[in-house]
Amino acid sequence: MPGLGASFGRGAATSFQGDLANSDCILIMGSNMAEAHPVGFRWALKARERGAPLIHVDPHFSRTSAMADLYVAIRAGSDIAFLGGLINYIIAHDRWFKDYVLHYTNASTIITEEYAGAEQLDGLFAGFDSSSSRYEAAPGAWGYSVEGSGQVATDPTLEHPRCVFQIVKRHFERYTPEMVAWVCGCTLGEFLRVAELLSRNSGRERTGAIVYALGWTQHSTGVQMIRAAGIIQLLLGNMGRPGGGIMAMRGHCSIQGSTDIPTLYDLLPGYIPQPLAVPAHASLTGYLEHGHDYNSAYHSSAAGFWREAPTAGYWANLPKFMISLLKAWYGEAATADNDYCYGYLPKLDGDYSQLATVIRMYEGTVKGLFLIGQNPAAGAPNAELNRAALRNLDWMVVRDWFEHESANFWYADPRVTDPRQIKTEIFFLPAAAMAEKDGTLTNTERLLQWHDKAVDPPGDCRSDAWFMYHLGLRLKRLYQDSTLERDAPIRDLTWDYAAEGPAILPDGNASRIVDEPDIERVLQEINGRRTVDRELLKGFAELKDDGSTACGCWIYSGVFPADRDNRARSRNPALRGSTYPEWGFAWPNNRRVMYNRASADPDGRPWSERKRLVWWDDAEAKWTGFDVPDFDVGKPPGYRPAPGARGMDALAGDAPFIMHPDGRGWLFAPNGVKDGPLPAHYEPRESPFANALYKTQTNPTLREFPSPLNQLAIPRDPDFPIIATTYRLTEHYLSGPMSRFNSWLNELQPEMFVELSPELAGQRGIEHGGWMVVTTPRGEIEARAMVTHRVKPLTVAGQTTHQIGLPIHWGYAGETVGAIANDLIPIILDPNVSMHEAKAFTCEVRAGKLNNIRRAKPIYAATRAHGDEPIPDTPSYAQPEGRQQPGQIGRFRLVRLFRRRSKVT
Amino acid sequence: MIALAKLIYPFRRPAPPAAKPPMGFFTDSTLCIGCKACEVACKQWNQLPSDGFEFSGDSYDNTKTLSATTWRHVVFVEQFPAGDGIARKPPVVPVPETPIDPETFSLDALLSGSDQGRWLMMSDVCKHCSAAPCEAACPTGALVFNEFSNVYIQNDICNGCGYCVAACPFGVITRSPHDGHAHKCTLCYDRQRDELIPACAKACPTESIQFGPMEELRVRAAKRVDELHRRGIADAYLYGDQPSATYSALGAFSLLLDKPSVYGLPDEPAMPQRNLGGDYAIAALGALAWIIAATVALAGNAILW
Repeated sequence: MPGLGASFGRGAATSFQGDLANSDCILIMGSNMAEAHPVGFRWALKARERGAPLIHVDPHFSRTSAMADLYVAIRAGSDIAFLGGLINYIIAHDRWFKDYVLHYTNASTIITEEYAGAEQLDGLFAGFDSSSSRYEAAPGAWGYSVEGSGQVATDPTLEHPRCVFQIVKRHFERYTPEMVAWVCGCTLGEFLRVAELLSRNSGRERTGAIVYALGWTQHSTGVQMIRAAGIIQLLLGNMGRPGGGIMAMRGHCSIQGSTDIPTLYDLLPGYIPQPLAVPAHASLTGYLEHGHDYNSAYHSSAAGFWREAPTAGYWANLPKFMISLLKAWYGEAATADNDYCYGYLPKLDGDYSQLATVIRMYEGTVKGLFLIGQNPAAGAPNAELNRAALRNLDWMVVRDWFEHESANFWYADPRVTDPRQIKTEIFFLPAAAMAEKDGTLTNTERLLQWHDKAVDPPGDCRSDAWFMYHLGLRLKRLYQDSTLERDAPIRDLTWDYAAEGPAILPDGNASRIVDEPDIERVLQEINGRRTVDRELLKGFAELKDDGSTACGCWIYSGVFPADRDNRARSRNPALRGSTYPEWGFAWPNNRRVMYNRASADPDGRPWSERKRLVWWDDAEAKWTGFDVPDFDVGKPPGYRPAPGARGMDALAGDAPFIMHPDGRGWLFAPNGVKDGPLPAHYEPRESPFANALYKTQTNPTLREFPSPLNQLAIPRDPDFPIIATTYRLTEHYLSGPMSRFNSWLNELQPEMFVELSPELAGQRGIEHGGWMVVTTPRGEIEARAMVTHRVKPLTVAGQTTHQIGLPIHWGYAGETVGAIANDLIPIILDPNVSMHEAKAFTCEVRAGKLNNIRRAKPIYAATRAHGDEPIPDTPSYAQPEGRQQPGQIGRFRLVRLFRRRSKVT
Repeated sequence: MIALAKLIYPFRRPAPPAAKPPMGFFTDSTLCIGCKACEVACKQWNQLPSDGFEFSGDSYDNTKTLSATTWRHVVFVEQFPAGDGIARKPPVVPVPETPIDPETFSLDALLSGSDQGRWLMMSDVCKHCSAAPCEAACPTGALVFNEFSNVYIQNDICNGCGYCVAACPFGVITRSPHDGHAHKCTLCYDRQRDELIPACAKACPTESIQFGPMEELRVRAAKRVDELHRRGIADAYLYGDQPSATYSALGAFSLLLDKPSVYGLPDEPAMPQRNLGGDYAIAALGALAWIIAATVALAGNAILW
């Protein structure tokens, strides 16, 4: 997210998947789109069928590569070298879209004299403090150069040595095609083909798209990989235009929602920063002045352009968003006198990200855990350390469909010899599945789609909303008579989501669950209301900072603009030009392509008719087109701000990136990312190679967690010479709770395997279909060997390099069991989002199985209702298909007797 | 009277449903992403049991074959050049000393053609042959052509004899271990009668599996092959859209990129009755021999002495 946020202003996919069909060239990198997003991939295929080249650059030849026109194998972790090479090519051969770059990016902005770049400092940027491993020694060293008048200095000729364009050019000069081939292991020809295909298919008349996913994010330099893609798309003029943009393909159907609302420790809904435990944030006023300032103790980086909250750009409206949020949460109790209950919010004093919290669990300072729809015992990096952490808890509440590895570790983990030694008390509360509850999903293209409840969940299963709602009710009852100050947040929390009666299901029956909360009321609170008359708001433009509006998440405002008008439920597939404006609701404000002002030139006319999206209509004096303009609708292209203007008035009529204070896309990011204003290639933390580009070997700001369970290989460790990466298969989902309890999926991919080349297999005596062991400093796993020519040895830095690939889907709970790939991954975290590095680590392989270990057995009885008996306490319309009611006689019963005796279920 | 009615009833048949335009599948394997949604949708709609959990090692294909309990099967064929030892091939373009100038060297050679290998994927299914040998072989009349010209097994009539299993040149049908009867793809007869499209076609995310009237599909498929040829994919051709010298047209035909045997399909499917020609001849000779022998035996006294 920060990669996109720093480049453009918002940390989310910039377009929608259907827009890929409008693309003239698609580069898929760090993504296995056909396998992980097969339904969205249809749009990429439509582009291919229209003649657009599909390029796949990836260490692993997957089903996406099979569909690509051009596949380039690279070394896992070398993506920035490859992308840097593309940037160098675009600049060196003059393929950048000049008018676009000049007007819509900060290419002409001059950077302060204090700045020094990676080419001068051997891979570091100015301001690195080696004692804290952060860039906080010289705040302002990455900032814009400000003239005496207070204006930012610029050079429209792009020749000043410290203008962003020249800085970028100097920075990427060493990323030559030959360097790319040396570092990445691809051939020169392959690299040049990609560079030329991208360049030819961008510009006024053509646009190209970049698609990425966890193959980029799960690196210690992941955020900078995304930044590099941002620079490419800005140079080529692809942002905000149909068929262009950057599709961040998120890894779950609603994880976009999980960061929008969010479940992250350092954000409030709508990407408002969580207040910190610092004096500047002690009061609401203080926070509003400094809230978006990245120059504070825990979000250290060079301050860059502003030292106070931005007064220009859309974030100048932070007070409206924050106060409306507090009114939504605390209702009548939140008044101007008490800072709208700002004091109730927890203030951050450290890193409470998931993996840091797991370390605390392991060390014993966190005693209990609510685990909802997650399976860290198999799905988290360094899964063994996660399991050790779970074993150390006093109590745990697990909500999920099945007893997965995190719920049943106390008896099912083969490494647990005696369940009596495990002190963790586990409460397993079965959860409802998607079709068994109302709600929304927010998918990767920022699209909210409502789903209706179709059937009741069986037995005791309840939705997560039911659980949270009733937990909240009970807590409020528990504390309702307390007079303690610290209990006020619970007492004052608005919690009015009770439904008027049980839901009516599509078959006409009333739901038997009479106390399910009314999710539409939750969505309405998220949309926002006027406090005086509870009228629903039409969008975030109506938000006020005087307590007269309440809004649970400002970016979602507009999803429910009137009674019975649930836009998330809308399913009209009609095209308007190139967008589908009436299918679901996309934030912000139903804009499908973000930054779409950039699809028109500075005068408001589309860059080309072929690629028109929004444009200025002189007669009506407003922006119009196929999408909701991501811009002030009435602001003419020729508008220039008066001196001292604030907020959106401070942005000109040709400044498309309205979340940035200068309204421009950032080639150079003066703030927003903690490991540098520009991407620099660093080696993964575990790598067989020295960094060929700089003396700095790895990301200097990455965080390590030394622990006996989290050992790391030293760089160029001779014991671990093989590069390993992880990925998904279409047939399974993540660590298995949603797929390895389903026979129809298990039979498609029944066993854990490792993919390796015939060359490597020959060297190690590993047979195809046989068993092999993968060893890392974290431990060993055994798996079947898939020896295939899809995996090739690469020539990196002049030497033959082998890579292997591991799917991540198996564990010890389910109909099929297998080794946990995540047992091999270390916990090392990138500094921006605490993302781990799962896509590049080192290992050794050998033939055979592990000795003297206990192996998991497939669990049938504990997880499946045996045979075809109906589930108790569950009416017939909520039974899984094929279950007979008790008392049915006749030949059906006879047939089922036979079926029970058969081996196959 | 009731007894009489019960006696006559099995011989009274209602009128069969009125014939409709023939419907079928066109499977365009160039659009197949190997996701197996078709396999799962079919199993879920028809509530078929799983076939066990066995790692086949055959690329990503652990389903292995069509059977009574698997009516869609995605084939994976890896066609990659074997490595030439350890090192990769040298760069296609010699490394220059100065930065590349696109004006002075030809990128066309780089942009066209590639030796990177390919991974073929195709979703296999019952072919619903226009002249189905399984239907001809069935002694009980369980196998019929329904009103959509699809081949359909009526499960309550099938006696599990297995003649259809031997007759199918594609190896589509087997007998189920659960109830001993033959089962195969119904072309979602139940869904078609409610004007829905088959489950596999509905689930296919890239429209590789296309369902519709056969006439329309054949026209569409021919256009598709032409377009692929125009784009330089000369290998593309249709399998089974037209009758061949030895076999009828298929109600589920495919667009393939290599020989049929590469996908596990017969290169030249033939009506199995043709194999019986020799058997009929021998049977006729044998009958003749018996007639002569019997005549000799019975009237031998009169003829010989």
